[in-house]
Amino acid sequence: MWIYEKKLEYPVRVSGPNPRLAKIVLEQYGGSDGEAAAANRYLTQRYTMPTGMAKGVLTDIGTEELAHWEMIATLFYKLMKGVTPSQAKAAGLEAYYANHGKDVFLQNAGGVPFTAAYFATKGDPVANLVEDMAAEEKARATYENILNLSDDPCVNDTLKFLREREVVHFQRFGEVLDNVQTHLNCKKVF
Amino acid sequence: MNRKISHQAHLLKEIMSYEFTAVELNLFLDTHPADVKALAEYNQVTQCLKKLKFEYEKCYGPLMNFGTSPSQHPWRWIDEPWPWQIEY
Ligand SMILES: [Fe+2]
Repeated sequence: MWIYEKKLEYPVRVSGPNPRLAKIVLEQYGGSDGEAAAANRYLTQRYTMPTGMAKGVLTDIGTEELAHWEMIATLFYKLMKGVTPSQAKAAGLEAYYANHGKDVFLQNAGGVPFTAAYFATKGDPVANLVEDMAAEEKARATYENILNLSDDPCVNDTLKFLREREVVHFQRFGEVLDNVQTHLNCKKVF
Repeated sequence: MNRKISHQAHLLKEIMSYEFTAVELNLFLDTHPADVKALAEYNQVTQCLKKLKFEYEKCYGPLMNFGTSPSQHPWRWIDEPWPWQIEY
């Protein structure tokens, strides 16, 4: 089971209301390489992993991604705090506001709703783990794209923390891939 | 930037920094389970976190529910602010 801890993994601060940036960070909330896709990808793939290490890393990184998902929601919540309907309209959030008000919604920056089609299970641990490594690199690249579009140094601090986590996750998944391939090769020799 | 933050946020940030160290060591140990030094650091940071969380929960109520942390009366799990409402 999971237990919620009533804290964020890392502080989330914003300099002030910023509907334009709020819309952009949704890419990491409900986008193809966002935190919801990451958490669901790993937590769905873990069941058939062949080693304890692979099951453990997918469980732990999947859980950490849930904490990142919460941080992105917090960014959106704080960036929309105090935003008026006319400011939302001026920032291109007219359609978003009409549907969701200032609530966070599981969609990407372009308004496309989240879908399970963003991630795979292939019945093959090597294929799954290589997807996970690519996913971490794509998430890192997405954070860098968002950093290029951001005008808030407080938000940048949070985004940089999250980008660094993708680098560490990529490293851990690479080690798990080694572990799983060694395991599969031993089985073949036997 | 110098902002005044609450005592609660101050304690939380201290917990965040120790717990982040624990997360990082946990993931490292997952793929390096025989690393003696990392394991000793993990166990040490776990002890520090236990103390920090105990102090925090005395002032601000449970950080975790479902039987992990006790609560004072009345049930304090529902106390605001929730994590996304806090100025850090
Ligand atoms: Fe990640």
